[in-house]
Amino acid sequence: MNLLEIQNLSLFKEGRPILNNLSMDIWDGHVHAIIGPNGAGKSTLANTIMGLSGYRDFEGDILFEGESIKALSVDERARKGITLLFQEPARFEGLGVSQFILAGAKEKSRTVVEEALQKAGLSPEKYVKRAVDKTLSGGERKRIELASIYAMKPRLVLMDEPDSGVDIDSIKYIFAVIKEMRHMGSTVILITHSPEVLKHADHAFLICAGTLVDKGEMSRMFDYFNGKCVPCVHVGQPSPNTLLSGSSAPAVAVS
Amino acid sequence: MSEQATADKEKLLAELLASINQHSFAPDVAHVEIHGNQVLNKNLVEGLLVESETIEDGVKVHIRVRKGVTLKNPVNFCFGLIPDNGIQRIIIDTVIEEGAHAKFIANCTFPNAVNIQHLMNAVITVEKGASLSYFERHVHGPKGGVTIVPLTKVIAREDSRFSTEFELIKGAAGVIELDYEAEVEKNATVDMKTRIFGRSSDRIHIKEAAHLSGEGATGVLTSHIALKNTASANIENEIVADAPYARGHVDCKEIVQDEATARAIPIVQVNNHLAHVTHEAAIGSVDSKQLETLLSRGLNEDQATDLIIQGLLGSDPFS
Repeated sequence: MNLLEIQNLSLFKEGRPILNNLSMDIWDGHVHAIIGPNGAGKSTLANTIMGLSGYRDFEGDILFEGESIKALSVDERARKGITLLFQEPARFEGLGVSQFILAGAKEKSRTVVEEALQKAGLSPEKYVKRAVDKTLSGGERKRIELASIYAMKPRLVLMDEPDSGVDIDSIKYIFAVIKEMRHMGSTVILITHSPEVLKHADHAFLICAGTLVDKGEMSRMFDYFNGKCVPCVHVGQPSPNTLLSGSSAPAVAVS
Repeated sequence: MSEQATADKEKLLAELLASINQHSFAPDVAHVEIHGNQVLNKNLVEGLLVESETIEDGVKVHIRVRKGVTLKNPVNFCFGLIPDNGIQRIIIDTVIEEGAHAKFIANCTFPNAVNIQHLMNAVITVEKGASLSYFERHVHGPKGGVTIVPLTKVIAREDSRFSTEFELIKGAAGVIELDYEAEVEKNATVDMKTRIFGRSSDRIHIKEAAHLSGEGATGVLTSHIALKNTASANIENEIVADAPYARGHVDCKEIVQDEATARAIPIVQVNNHLAHVTHEAAIGSVDSKQLETLLSRGLNEDQATDLIIQGLLGSDPFS
């Protein structure tokens, strides 16, 4: 069953196509990955699904649980159960970690805060009284944002490069949260360059120049990271032989 | 004093404390309550001296914390006026003697203000190796009929520490003319912060200055202001560093909503090549990234804005 359906989605910025007639089905309860080279449109796609400012004016449609969300604002989409882990988490001067984690949580309690922090590998004693501000490193803020998403218990979470800025010892907590979210029934979309992150997905979409060029099981998609794929030079216009053409299609432009 | 006068005084004291949600103090907590030009109540602890003198429209107060004494609990001051109009002038001379350490909390309350002037003229001397944390919270009524003019001169002697925080978040600010000036000597530290929420037609003028005159002196001036409706703010923060290894930072952040206006003038001046002073200033609407993060958690725009402002203005004194 599809939780999210992206139908013929095209988005232009300054006359240039960033997303190009994309169609995708996101199965409920699975962990999906969206992969592709820099500038492929991965983050743009996540921002468009979330409905962020600057990503609202697009062609095509996005259906969530069978209904179009095109006209909905960010917060309306969030209240339907969609949320986004930002690649670069915001800093909030003075805003307490607890307040931040509870902002989107249905249940507002200290237990929720503590559990969410623990899932993200952060000690409640150490973090609960701190602010989500510049006194925290980027990696700490990323994990606190992840904790806030865990506390929200969303139906669909878009994670834009969940491992960026996180030190190597802490990445395991990111993966643990992804696993836990799947376990509690959330659908996860990972936007990533990382083969390590990709291992945690069931299924992947490969996009280049805003166009879907391949999709399939993870084992086959690993080829993308094994030298078959080079960054696409056809910005906005992938060549016809790079487009999706069945399960054996090579990824993007082949060297 | 007649029975009636005593009863009136007790009633006034109860009203004053109720307006700041404070009803009683433990015996080992020093506190002083001043209504208009009348000292209503006072409880002191060992090592703390507070003398007062009534003047026509206020009170002169002399405060000393004796040499080497560390006060266990913060000293609570309450200044205010219960009627809707009047003047309260407070002239304070505070000395924290050598090696002494104290924390003061001052609540200034004008819950019914329609036309009130609260004029404070303070000189604070923190002697060598001493420290003082001074937290001043204002509680105003919704009508905004208060003019606040706190003028404070701070002298931070060698190796001393002084921090002050001025908070006006609840009720209408009215007119604020805040002027703090600090002289910071060798290896002394001064940290001055203002947090104000201006609404309606409030007019806020903040002027904070630190002169880092001693080697290794440090100063931080922080102003966090949120404004809505037609409120306006003018912030002038100035650090002058004259001595080697002096360090200073000016931080001014203002969130402006509706028709409110804000102006910030950070001035940093370095007169010694071994000194270093930085500044940051940001004025504008709520940061879009912060807003979108909270919107993506399901808060609507008003809820998200309130939470961001609450963070910017939030405080936990002496935590």
